[in-house]
Amino acid sequence: MTLSVAAGEIVALVGGNGAGKSTLLKSIAGLLPPRAGAIRWEEEDLARVGAHQIVERGLAMVPEGRRLFAGMTVQEHLDLGAFTPRARAVRPASLERVHALFPFLHERRRHVVRSLSGGQQQMVAIGRALMSNPRLLMLDEPSLGIAPRLVRSILTALAEINRAGVAVLLVEQNVQAALTLAHRAYVLESGRITAEGPSAALLSDAHVRRAYLGPLATRA
Amino acid sequence: MSALAQQIVLGVLIGGLYGLAAAGLSLVFGVLKVLNVAHGELIMLGGYAAFWAVALLGMDPFGSLVLVVPLSLLAGVFLYGALFGFVVRANEETREKNSLLIGFGLALVLHALAVRLWTADERSIVTPYGGAVITVAGLSVPVVRLLSFVIAFAVIGGLQLLLTHWRWGKAIRATAEDWQAALLTGIDVRRAYLLAFAMGTGLAGTAGVLVSVGYSVSPSIGLEWTLKALIVVVLAGLGSMIGTFVGGILLGVAEALSAAAFGGPYREVVGLLIFVVVLCARPRGLFGR
Repeated sequence: MTLSVAAGEIVALVGGNGAGKSTLLKSIAGLLPPRAGAIRWEEEDLARVGAHQIVERGLAMVPEGRRLFAGMTVQEHLDLGAFTPRARAVRPASLERVHALFPFLHERRRHVVRSLSGGQQQMVAIGRALMSNPRLLMLDEPSLGIAPRLVRSILTALAEINRAGVAVLLVEQNVQAALTLAHRAYVLESGRITAEGPSAALLSDAHVRRAYLGPLATRA
Repeated sequence: MSALAQQIVLGVLIGGLYGLAAAGLSLVFGVLKVLNVAHGELIMLGGYAAFWAVALLGMDPFGSLVLVVPLSLLAGVFLYGALFGFVVRANEETREKNSLLIGFGLALVLHALAVRLWTADERSIVTPYGGAVITVAGLSVPVVRLLSFVIAFAVIGGLQLLLTHWRWGKAIRATAEDWQAALLTGIDVRRAYLLAFAMGTGLAGTAGVLVSVGYSVSPSIGLEWTLKALIVVVLAGLGSMIGTFVGGILLGVAEALSAAAFGGPYREVVGLLIFVVVLCARPRGLFGR
C-alpha cells in the first residue's frame, strides 16, 4: 500500500480493529521495524534511522493508551518531551505554545499524572509530543476511553495545532469525528487500503457509510 | 536498657550501608528489569579496591572513594557492554532466565578472582582514627561507622537529586516507567540502561569502600550483601531512593533488636522473615507505588 502525508495536512486513517492502523503508526515511529517497503521522510528512509532519532527528524507520536510515565509530574513530561537537541533549542517557545493550547498543563504542572482524568492525561500526552517541536504529529486513538466533552476539545486542539503548520496523521475508531476533522483519509482493511480521498467524499461514500457510520457500526 | 539502645545505634549505622547497597540493586532492577545477583560481589570488589588503595598507595580509606568510584563506574560500563546489554531488550522470559545465569556466573567468577588475589581471609582496613568513639548520652558511636553512614546518606541524597533534576536522570526514570514511551520522546534508551547500570555499579563500589572501612570484607561476603540488598528492595519498594535508605535502616534496627532479644545467630533470620511478611502483605513494599 502507498500512503502519504503532505506538509500542513490532516490525514485520517480509519478502519476496524486489526486493520493494521496502529502497526503502521508504530512502524513509522520506529517501534516496529517494517518487514518490507520503505518509509520515507523527506527523501530519507526512516527504517535506517534509530527510533530515538526519528523524533529528532520532526516526527512525534502520541501512542495508543497515552503511555504516560505514571509517577512523574505534568511538567516532567513536558521536559522529557523536549529531550532532543533540536527541541531543547526552542524549549521556551514550545512550552508557551503548549500552555496556550492546554492551560491546565500549566495550572497542574506539579501534579503527578496518575492523579489526572483520562482526558487530561491525553492532553499531557499530546503536550509531551508537541514539546519535541514536530512537523508531523501522529496520534493513535486519541479519543479512546475519554469523556465526549473532552474528545471535542482534543479535536479542536488538533485543528489548532494544524493551523500552526503541523501536519497531523490521525488513527481513529471514531470515524465520523476523524473524517470531519481531516482533509484527506485512507480506509484500511486487513492491512490494505480499500478507499482513499478527500474526507468529504469518503463521508458520503456508500461503502464507508455502511461499514463505519451505519447504526450498528457507529462508535461514539 | 542502655545496652539495647547501644545495639539500636549500631543497627542504624549498618542500616545506612544496607540502604546504600540496596540503592544500586534497586536502580538496576527498576530500570533494566534485571536482578543483578552479582551485586554483592561488586560490593566485595569495591571493598578490596579500597583495601589496595590503602595498602599499596597509602591512601586514606575514605579518600580512596575518589579512585574506587570512577573505577566502579567504568566496571559498570564494561559489564553492561560485555554481558547485561545483550539481555536487557530480550523478551521477558529470556531476559529473566539469562540475566540470572549471567549474574550467578559473574558472582562465581568474581568470587574466585577475589580468592586468588586476596586469599579467603577476612580483611578490614585499619585506620589511625579507627578506634575513635564519640559518646552521646551514654551511647558510644564509632566515628568511622558514623562517617560511613553520613557518606551513604549523602550519596543517596545526591542520587535522588540526579534522578529528579538531571536531564538524563529524568530519562532514566522515564525508561524505567515505559521504555517505548521513552523512545518516543527521543530518549536513547540503551544509553539510559547503560547509565543506570554504571550508576548501580558505582553505588556498589561506594558501599564496598564503606563496608571495608567500618566492617570487614572477605571473598564470600557477596551473597550475604546481595541478600540484604534484596530484602531492603522488597521492604522499601522501587522508585524512591530515600525510601530505600529508610528501608535499610529499618532492616539494620530489626536485626539489632532480634540479636538483642534472641542472640546473635538470629540476626539473619529476622531479615528473611521481614522479606516473606512484606511480600505477602505489601508486595510493592512500604514506599513503592
